Amino acid sequence: MSELLIKNGFVFDPLQGIKGDRMDIGVKDGKIVEPGALSSPKTIDAAGMTVMAGGVDIHSHVVGPKVNVGRLFRPEDKLFKSPHKSPTCSRMEMGCSVPSTFKTGYDYARMGYVFVNEAAMPPLHSPHVHEEIRDTPIIDIAAMPVFGNNWFTLEYLKNNEIENNAAYTAWLLRATRGFGIKVVNPGGSEAWGWGLNCEHIHDPVPYFDIAPAEIVKGLIETNEFLGLPHSVHLHCNNLGNPGNYVDTIESLKLAEGYAPKNDFGREQVLHITHLQFHAYGGDSWGNFESRAKDVMDYVNAHDNITVDIGQVTLDETTTMTADGPFEHHLRGLNNLKWANVDVELETAAGVVPYIYSPKVKVCTIQWAVGLEIALLSRDLMRTFVTTDHPNAGPFTRYPQVIAWLMSRAARDETMKTFKWLERTIDATSIDGIDRELGLYEIAQMTRAGPAKALGVGNTYGGLTPGMDADIAVYALNPEDMPSDPAMIEKAFSRCAWLVKDGIVTVRDGEVVAEPAKRTVWVDVKVPENAQVQRDIYEHFLRHYSVKLDNYSLFEEHLHNPRVIEVDTTQ
Amino acid sequence: MKTVTLTLTNPSELYIEGQNVTPDNFAGKKAAEIAALDVWEGKQKGPLGKYFTVEGDGGATAEETKIVLRGDCTRVKRIGQQMTAGEIVIEGNADMYIGGWMKGGKVHVKGNVDSFCGIGMEGGELIVDGNAGHHLGSSPRGEWRGMQGGVIRVAGNAGNDTATFINGGTIVIGGDADIHISTHGEGGTVIVKGNARGRVGGQMVKGDIYVYGTIENPLPGFSMVDEVEQEVDGETARFVHYIGDLGERHPVSRGKTVYANLYTRL
Amino acid sequence: MPKRVENVGCPYCGVCCDDLVVTVSDDGKQILEVENACAIGNQIFHHATGSERVKLPRLRQPDGTYKDISYDEAVDYAAKVLYNAKKPLIYGFGSTNCEGMAAAAKVAERAGAVLDNCASICHGSSFLAIFDNGYPSCTLGETKNRADVIVYWGANPAHAHPRHMSRYSIFPRGFFTGKGQKSRKIIVIDPRHTDTAQVADIHLQVKQGHDYELFDAFRAVVRGHEIPEEVAGIKREQILEVAAIMKKARFGTIFYGMGLCHSDGRNHNVDIAISLTRDLNDYTKWTIMAMRGHYNITGPGAVWSWQYGFPYCLDLTKKDIAHMNPGETSSVDLAMRDEVDAFINIGTDAGAHFPIEAVKHLRKHPWITIDPNICMASEISDLHIPVGIVGVEVPGIVYRMDNVPIQYRKVIDPPEGVISDEELFERIHQRLSELEAEEAAKEQAKVTPEGVRAESEP
Ligand code: SF4
Ligand SMILES: [Zn+2]
Repeated sequence: MSELLIKNGFVFDPLQGIKGDRMDIGVKDGKIVEPGALSSPKTIDAAGMTVMAGGVDIHSHVVGPKVNVGRLFRPEDKLFKSPHKSPTCSRMEMGCSVPSTFKTGYDYARMGYVFVNEAAMPPLHSPHVHEEIRDTPIIDIAAMPVFGNNWFTLEYLKNNEIENNAAYTAWLLRATRGFGIKVVNPGGSEAWGWGLNCEHIHDPVPYFDIAPAEIVKGLIETNEFLGLPHSVHLHCNNLGNPGNYVDTIESLKLAEGYAPKNDFGREQVLHITHLQFHAYGGDSWGNFESRAKDVMDYVNAHDNITVDIGQVTLDETTTMTADGPFEHHLRGLNNLKWANVDVELETAAGVVPYIYSPKVKVCTIQWAVGLEIALLSRDLMRTFVTTDHPNAGPFTRYPQVIAWLMSRAARDETMKTFKWLERTIDATSIDGIDRELGLYEIAQMTRAGPAKALGVGNTYGGLTPGMDADIAVYALNPEDMPSDPAMIEKAFSRCAWLVKDGIVTVRDGEVVAEPAKRTVWVDVKVPENAQVQRDIYEHFLRHYSVKLDNYSLFEEHLHNPRVIEVDTTQ
Repeated sequence: MKTVTLTLTNPSELYIEGQNVTPDNFAGKKAAEIAALDVWEGKQKGPLGKYFTVEGDGGATAEETKIVLRGDCTRVKRIGQQMTAGEIVIEGNADMYIGGWMKGGKVHVKGNVDSFCGIGMEGGELIVDGNAGHHLGSSPRGEWRGMQGGVIRVAGNAGNDTATFINGGTIVIGGDADIHISTHGEGGTVIVKGNARGRVGGQMVKGDIYVYGTIENPLPGFSMVDEVEQEVDGETARFVHYIGDLGERHPVSRGKTVYANLYTRL
Repeated sequence: MPKRVENVGCPYCGVCCDDLVVTVSDDGKQILEVENACAIGNQIFHHATGSERVKLPRLRQPDGTYKDISYDEAVDYAAKVLYNAKKPLIYGFGSTNCEGMAAAAKVAERAGAVLDNCASICHGSSFLAIFDNGYPSCTLGETKNRADVIVYWGANPAHAHPRHMSRYSIFPRGFFTGKGQKSRKIIVIDPRHTDTAQVADIHLQVKQGHDYELFDAFRAVVRGHEIPEEVAGIKREQILEVAAIMKKARFGTIFYGMGLCHSDGRNHNVDIAISLTRDLNDYTKWTIMAMRGHYNITGPGAVWSWQYGFPYCLDLTKKDIAHMNPGETSSVDLAMRDEVDAFINIGTDAGAHFPIEAVKHLRKHPWITIDPNICMASEISDLHIPVGIVGVEVPGIVYRMDNVPIQYRKVIDPPEGVISDEELFERIHQRLSELEAEEAAKEQAKVTPEGVRAESEP
């Protein structure tokens, strides 16, 4: 296979602690190698440019049923908003806030990303998720099945049967070819089966005699019992409401006393996603305010927790979450169209379009909260860039988010467009923050950190020899950074080069090759568990609407798998 | 104002999509440049001049450009789409999307038009001397921000689904209207001088509808409140006033619930 | 030894029963027995091996007869038809797997075609309503496990979806519904006194074509407003009674059928049904679901949505951007208005289902039918290409009416040499690419397919 030498770039690789050193990166047979190991490589001249590992997104909604509802029910998200197909790509690229699978793959690649963790897979719909993965070009995808409202999980955890829950979890990861344990509004989405919710972590789940707090703790124990690559990945209760920072801190505290147990270099036991949506004070929309500082004080002091920000980008977008009651609540606020899908025994989902307007006070406060979380963080290896795509904004706005993080001027520029600037400043600390992040910190937040937290840091997110040759080169000279933040945004929007698996995939911001992407999943070996087998048999016999043998993904529907093996029987 | 005359001399086998036929696109162009603009017949992109003879140059700006279409444009779509200023006169019939997403200027069709004309309109004026098809002044699929402004006048009849999701602007239909007027409306005014078949104002939040003739099947969600005298389209008359759709949500303004209004002429 | 294949999905209706057991003969060629299926489902399997199958593509001859040709020749013909047409239409997909739909989209995009499915003439109006108002729904297991009130509106599952009531709605005992039918109230709203209405607790015989008014009345009542004494032929007291039942339900599902989405106002009837469902969620839990007809007619809506963002009526003629607007880009409208100049009918029978006028227009241009069997469309085509039967001879993913993907199995081999839809479209795509390359090489190459047009009188 071909060899490549990326010469003379400024390399940022937090996994190796490389901070902008000028060096060469070698590529051979799809892997990073020492430059000396190459015989006759093609060279990419990266002089005056920034070199990082391919980007890793820890939380994004890109494939699966609710994403597809978002596409289907918003034809207006395409009209006059889709680009014309690029002549260098093989397929059309439709959509704006919820792009087609093709556009998703191309746009991530253009930004220099290579790995995306699909944030919520309803297990019953796993064949759908894998069909969409097949049609998403270039990027490797992992998908997390949701557990927080799953009847098996609720029943096992109610009785504190961690071992049984672990056996079931292992079975479900295999059945769905899933990656890790996702928890969305624990208990609340089951309550939504009756039109109810669990707003606080001690609210009982109707009929199941368990509270969200016990679900989260039980799943952390399950996760560490199994030693999965990733930790429990939690979307907390009471999302989006004034005053919810109290519930969030209570949720964070659930991780106290737990230490990570795994062979994958992961150091957290709990990942809290889109923290921005969970860091609000006040008790009404009138006195709505930021509590980012309170939440980040806790996060900064507890290193068994990681977070992603869920930055609001002030766009028209499409919200979608397995938090069914939240979407119902949202449609009552904006009166727009609302799709809902409750999934038997497992979860729920809702989808509502939403406009984050710079003219609306709540929206501009939300914008500030996300940035505060990032800028108040004392450990950017534990704080990651996301927009909870497409919930707080489309992932295609990451370059803008990076510009806001790197430049006070970029933030000021945006704040000038706010109708309620004074109120936004009063309700947040954003105006008092001068911190500007550097390229090393951006590399921590967009590749090294997320890869480590996902437990894939031995393959993705870094440039150590032996790792996948996924390399992004950006036209940014760290010794001569542009004074205009728009140039930073531009450089991160369209990378100069993306090498994926050793193949030149993007050049001058255009996709020039579509190398096969992978499905990354976790296969856990557990001891035989007759009771769990019996429970599975029973629920499928009586309560599911599909047969057990048709539920597990057929091998032929799994595309280009990369399996991560975990053996608990040793 | 400068006039560009397009005469359809070499009709297409299929339909022509003529979204480039707008004063905005013609402005600042010579006749030959206009003839070189793209139109589509299915997947075939061809120059406008393949189908039309072009006489006259465009004005300096859209505002100073008038376009006259001659010949049978029954199979030409999208004339005047997204125009912001200037004038278009279509001497006979035209097909779909005439004046679609218009922001300003004026389109005058002397014959009939098909469906989706004046769709997504934001401003300007669309005049049709004949009949209009379905979805007149309606919103595009899935778009809850329908007609925002401007005026549509149809001398004849209109099909179904007039003014879906209307938010502003005025539509005047000289003849009859088929089912569904201002469905999901949240503003704007529709005046039907003939009869309406039914489903007038269904799921409507706000806005006004006037029907001079009869409504064959009135909705149960509209309830009579009083009789009023009003000036409508230049004439004063007495109307029975209904509010609705009572089944729909309604905003509250200064402590009072705001309903949609339906007026039928006495 | 005959072989038993278990957990087989039924390739007939949108209920997508996946509990069938099919017994296959020793040589793997004959289907001997089908267990658990309803009568229609049973028949679909037996028909596969019982009837005389077409095993090769057939091309129309000057004397009006068909002549067998090879798949290579058929692929070449189809590719050239698509290549030369200005606006070809590919329509159908009532009985295809999702893999075939994805491959067909690739062809349509390459050829610059309009791509549409049978929803266009049945539940397409549901899509229009979903675009405008959303879709508060659930999976069928939710209804089975939780629902205590079921509404069938303009739907007659007793005939069209025989096992729907027993598997998901009226009769099954679920997790919270252990008493089965006894724990449920069944409301049927239909102008006809159907077999489904027989099992209802309440049957409202709404006046034909006035469903919208009845929904409006329900909505007004739910919000506490007065309504007239009678609406759409139903007395006020009955409307009040049913509205009260709905509001008091713990979990309800409205299943609606073609009686709703195909009577006057079409999409608006569904749209206001969705509005009512939204309203009821302010009080308790309600969901709504379209009774989609064919086993995988939900599939193309899913596949094309992730590929283009539109479920049906996709105009891909520009090749670099997709456009959708039913009423314009819908198959019957295109045909009636004579907007297309080539037609591929796949996995459905446009010959039988389209209005005569539409068929006449389409017949002026090349017409290709892709279907395992002989049907009206295949008999008026210029070319008929047989393919394997999905769910019997070809496995694949299908989407049930509630959008749940079901993995279908293969129980027997297709007749020797017969290929799948997916393979056929992949080969047409390959041929199209070659034609493009040839054209690029020698500009003039206006390739014309060999073969003769069928007599134009159907
Ligand atoms: S109900 Fe439908 S899917 Fe089930 S066996 Fe009958 S025809 Fe087949
Ligand atoms: Zn999310």
